Amino acid sequence: MKTIQEINEIRKNKRKELDLRVNTKSDTREKHILVCHGTGCTSSESPKILENFRKILKEKNIENVRVIMTGCFGLCAKGPIVIIRPEDTFYAMVKPEDCEEIIQTHIIEGNRVERLLCKDIDGKRVQSLDELNFYKKQKRIALKNCGVINPEDIDEYIAFDGYKALEKVLKEMIPDDVINEIKNSGLRGRGGAGFPTGNKWELTKAAVGEQKYVVCNADEGDPGAFMDRSILEGDPHSVLEAMIIAGYSIGATKGYIYVRAEYPIAVKRFQIAIDEAREYGILGKNIFDSNLDFDVEIRLGAGAFVCGEETALLESIEGKRGQPRVKPPYPAQCGLWGKPTLINNVETFANITRILLNGADWYSSIGTEKSKGTKVFALGGNVNNIGLVEVPMGTTLREIVYDIGGGIPNRREFKAAQTGGPSGGCIPKEHLDTPIDYESLKEIGSMMGSGGMIIMDDTKCMVSLAKFYLEFTVSESCGKCTPCRIGTKRMLEILERLCDGKGSEMDLYRLEKLASNIQKASICGLGQSAPNPVISTMKYFREEFKEHAIDKSCRTLECKAISKITINEEKCKGCGLCQRACPVNAIEGKDREKRVINQSKCIKCGTCLTNCPFKAIGN
Amino acid sequence: MEENEEAKQKRYKSKCEHKDEFLESLFVTYLPIKDNLIQMLNEIQEHYGYVPSDVQMKLSEFLKIPMAEIYGVVTFYSRFTLKPKGKYSISVCLGTACFVKGSQKIMDRLKERLKIEEGETTNDGKFSIEAQRCVGACGLAPVFTVNGKVYGKATVKMLDEVLDELEKE
Amino acid sequence: MNKDLITLTIDGQKVEVEKGTTILQAAKKVGIDIPTLCFLKEINEVGDCRMCIVEVEGRRGFATSCIQTVEEGMVVHTNSPAVLEARHVILDLIISNHSKDCLTCTRSGNCELQALSTKFNISNIEFEGQRLRHKIDDVSPSIVRDFNKCILCRRCVAACKNVQKVGAIDCINRGFESCISTAYDKSLNDVNCTNCGQCIQACPTGALHEKENINDVWPKLKDPDTYVIVQTAPAVRVALGEEFGMDIGTNVTGKMVTALKRLGFNKVFDTNTGADFTIMEEANEFIERFKSDDNLPMITSCSPGWVKYIEMNYPELLPHLSSCKSPHEMFGALLKTYYANKEGIDPKKIYVVSVMPCIAKKFERQRTEMQNDGMYDVDCVITTRELSRMIKQANIDFLTLEDTNFDSPMGEATGAAAIFGTTGGVMEAALRTAQDVLTGEDLKKIDFEQVRGEKGIKRATITIAGKELKVVAASGLANAQKIMEEIKSGKADYQFVEIMACPGGCIMGGGQPIKNSKIRSEVDVRKLRADSLYSIDEKSIIRKSHENPVLKKVYEDFLGKPGSETAHKLLHTKYYQREKYNI
Repeated sequence: MKTIQEINEIRKNKRKELDLRVNTKSDTREKHILVCHGTGCTSSESPKILENFRKILKEKNIENVRVIMTGCFGLCAKGPIVIIRPEDTFYAMVKPEDCEEIIQTHIIEGNRVERLLCKDIDGKRVQSLDELNFYKKQKRIALKNCGVINPEDIDEYIAFDGYKALEKVLKEMIPDDVINEIKNSGLRGRGGAGFPTGNKWELTKAAVGEQKYVVCNADEGDPGAFMDRSILEGDPHSVLEAMIIAGYSIGATKGYIYVRAEYPIAVKRFQIAIDEAREYGILGKNIFDSNLDFDVEIRLGAGAFVCGEETALLESIEGKRGQPRVKPPYPAQCGLWGKPTLINNVETFANITRILLNGADWYSSIGTEKSKGTKVFALGGNVNNIGLVEVPMGTTLREIVYDIGGGIPNRREFKAAQTGGPSGGCIPKEHLDTPIDYESLKEIGSMMGSGGMIIMDDTKCMVSLAKFYLEFTVSESCGKCTPCRIGTKRMLEILERLCDGKGSEMDLYRLEKLASNIQKASICGLGQSAPNPVISTMKYFREEFKEHAIDKSCRTLECKAISKITINEEKCKGCGLCQRACPVNAIEGKDREKRVINQSKCIKCGTCLTNCPFKAIGN
Repeated sequence: MEENEEAKQKRYKSKCEHKDEFLESLFVTYLPIKDNLIQMLNEIQEHYGYVPSDVQMKLSEFLKIPMAEIYGVVTFYSRFTLKPKGKYSISVCLGTACFVKGSQKIMDRLKERLKIEEGETTNDGKFSIEAQRCVGACGLAPVFTVNGKVYGKATVKMLDEVLDELEKE
Repeated sequence: MNKDLITLTIDGQKVEVEKGTTILQAAKKVGIDIPTLCFLKEINEVGDCRMCIVEVEGRRGFATSCIQTVEEGMVVHTNSPAVLEARHVILDLIISNHSKDCLTCTRSGNCELQALSTKFNISNIEFEGQRLRHKIDDVSPSIVRDFNKCILCRRCVAACKNVQKVGAIDCINRGFESCISTAYDKSLNDVNCTNCGQCIQACPTGALHEKENINDVWPKLKDPDTYVIVQTAPAVRVALGEEFGMDIGTNVTGKMVTALKRLGFNKVFDTNTGADFTIMEEANEFIERFKSDDNLPMITSCSPGWVKYIEMNYPELLPHLSSCKSPHEMFGALLKTYYANKEGIDPKKIYVVSVMPCIAKKFERQRTEMQNDGMYDVDCVITTRELSRMIKQANIDFLTLEDTNFDSPMGEATGAAAIFGTTGGVMEAALRTAQDVLTGEDLKKIDFEQVRGEKGIKRATITIAGKELKVVAASGLANAQKIMEEIKSGKADYQFVEIMACPGGCIMGGGQPIKNSKIRSEVDVRKLRADSLYSIDEKSIIRKSHENPVLKKVYEDFLGKPGSETAHKLLHTKYYQREKYNI
């Protein structure tokens, strides 16, 4: 148990101690070696790196250097990442055997290990993190502490204003003040639909009920989105603190966080956070002597995308099949066990304490007119800088792809960006300058979703992509309502026909008819948005659909049944590189002669395409 | 002696009932309320590597939930399996980031080599294949995992090497 | 203005309804019949099938009219082009995954999906595709499951899991692979199914139906060496007419008897006579237990679904169960002994057919305890529905039949027996006899209103011979469960408990004519059938079982007295603990 005074004491002392984490000019003689322990880096042996550092430091009797595990730095493609503070040196793709050299060269000799410094897109090695283009246009609010603090140490969280918002709320604000502040900030749900968070809180507060619940939705199911996981792994207390504040505001004494069981690290760290908070008396009875009782329990998901839908999530917490309920009534009136329930997603909660500490005005000054603040995106696919980025709402897609993401690799063309995962849509080249916010994305047929952003280059077939998403929806549909259960299956069957060259023009009409009716008639968000990937690709890449349906051809190599690789006679210089590269000897022709592909042997692997220096091979 | 016979019977009986310590402790940790079903199934899956039918039956008695409902829950969530997985459970991530980076090729190759489909186990019980939806290592896409160990930036060649190594054992 | 009244517009018509009314109900008020499929009033109100979708102005997406309630000023369109198209697509999708062999389906003509298909004039399937195929489960003696005809409305699951609290079936798998099945896809015979058949009553299509036995009966009727005796349960006579288009609850005893005679049964007897025997034995058993305060409360055992349920779920309470066989079994045993002997017929040549409102009787019939001298008491059980099919197949114009009476001597029965078919009826019949026996008088107060009516659990305290008797009648296995828990925990102080597995009693049994969702929403089927039984009782000259002259004679000539050794051998049975699952 700690009193507010004691917590403030911890904050003061610890903040001083950790100044070097955020202040490059810190005059301390200490150094902190931060080793990323997000899932990506952990799976490429970052725990071993941490262990090696500690071992070597001990062997060499080096003091004043601490090795700390942190959450995700965001630039996952460059992992495992090691950062040395206060100088902010960014080492990328570090291997456990590199530790020795880093200690020797960097710590002991005071020089940088050039070969391990992170390369920017232009190939230059950067000296410190903030020189990286990847970070320049970002604004970290939700991810503020990720990569800065040790997520398994509550004191480090406290040092960076942790539980200060809670203290402020309990001391100075009545629940309505908190709700008004959230409302004024303009924060909207980061889970996908973008419902104004303050209004949700207000509705749940107004609902009549002895018992109310706060639920944190951490069932991040969008394949390709991992910001919620990173927040839980890197800064669990920020979510926990927000849940307590929510409990105070709506009058709930119990909270649940529903986390995917596939996120073991996040689960473990959140449990540690809960335990620490309980130990400090921040969870439990009479928090900070304010008469507020609140406790949180973890509930594990068990692998069902549909449980990200709020009512399905509630069913799952109740121990049932995750089948959504018909809305209305909304969870705010009738939620967990029929009681009023506030459900917010992890990233939404992660913004709360920042808003309360810095003020609604500060927050609403960031972003666009209707979409305030920042949004975290998981940037992936055919883009150079794969990772987690947090940008102000209204940043354009082009800025994200080219300035932050560093453009498309292998000198290929940008074809489309997919946002919102299986519920979202594709954004083509002509909309690269669209500002990313809830309304703009919706207008062009996509949606914010939870923040997955997959970039595709021109080797991707859009019919295949639509098929990929439908495969996902079909296997994740709960099966409760007819349109989603059978309708999405029928859509997938049509797309399969198209990709196999067995479709017809009628199939395009059928697809559209099914899509629009599934959208309107399904029970839940999953079904209602399941057709989006098809609708948006059909809208922007109709030609490709027609080629599949009528010409039975695919302009990429993805639909093997109908794609054909040929060598352009005019462009071929007869160098023979393709012939040597072909794994099945399908390319025929003698030295210096133009080559021909034997179609009966060709397996359409595309190796020749990438090996032709003259771009003479195409499909 | 008569008494001895009785004792023998008793011993035999207790052996037949064969106490499962894990389950016993599970039934102590959790209250017999319906809400706990999924939490308990998660632990059972973790412990046995699948959800055995007799365990479902005991759970049905403990939680007072019909077996059909438990079976319905087990078959709803993809994390729960009804059969034990192979010694090496290989999962290929088919999340979007991995898909765009060509994870389907890895999956196809895996199925080709092991001659089994997704969700199946080889006859010798050595390998099983799972399709996974995003392990969250999108930065390393495409990825596959062997018993949870992540192989990032995977290629067909890399998979072949890993399989060669495991097959030797 | 009444603040609990809400005004809204549906298809241009203003309607005023109470707060909390669903859009579907409100529409009905102004003559708008929104199609439904998964909806089953008070049993399955979930909005899964999406047939009932309507457009509500200002609302994104469609509203689910079967569960969503009206709001002030709401403007609803139930037949806008968008709604019609969506409904058409949904129906198309359902049929695309449904076996289309209507010609060979037992529910043809009484299928809710077929009716909708006709209504929407579905002439071809626009969205054909893969269909899930399943093997048919016909191992159970009572129920056949054909998932190929299932539309996943889950009405059966709701009936089994929520109404009956059995949960033998549930939704398994996910998405397109979802289906309704048992644990590990076992046969119903290998799981905790009680054979009550409420799932069949709930099913809108032919995915669940009774195991038909009429083809066992036809050859026997034509076989000169077999003496075929039919007996009909009380609840059959107030429901059979429905299968011929008559009003729900019409008493067609006379026509039914005529039809059975025309079918060629050698004798047409009444199970009600058997019911009177049951009362004699059960009342006697009760009085014995009451006097010695032994194994009280005593629980009735006429309902075979209930008996299987208690054997599986409360084996520790089995001593409470009356050892009496159910009426048709008692009757069958007497037919093959007393009656055979009296008429000089070789009992081995007697073939007893029971016409029952119940499909669990098909299971009960083949229990090994239900035989005597190596002969089953009853040889075949057919349901009300099956009888109607036999009548139709025999080209009998049921509606024009004259009334005739049951054959004597085993066709005479009392009013007490008639009400066996409804919840509370066995209790009332037993009390009529018990109070006379205990007081030694011929009491005139024989209507026990406390145990009548629609409630699932009816508790009453009755004073007989100066002693207070606490009784309870419960119908539906969920209610039975509540009573058993009370008894188990020692909270209950009942002396006599009547349980019927089906909600409402035998009149609502699994073998009765199936009423579609619309009828079940608009009409109280249970009440109409029950009222008909009570009116038979009221019109009866003899209304107490022990006053039945047939009984008097059989006891005098053959059985001795109630509870005698012979009675025990023929009319009583044993129960066994039963495993719920064989997996």
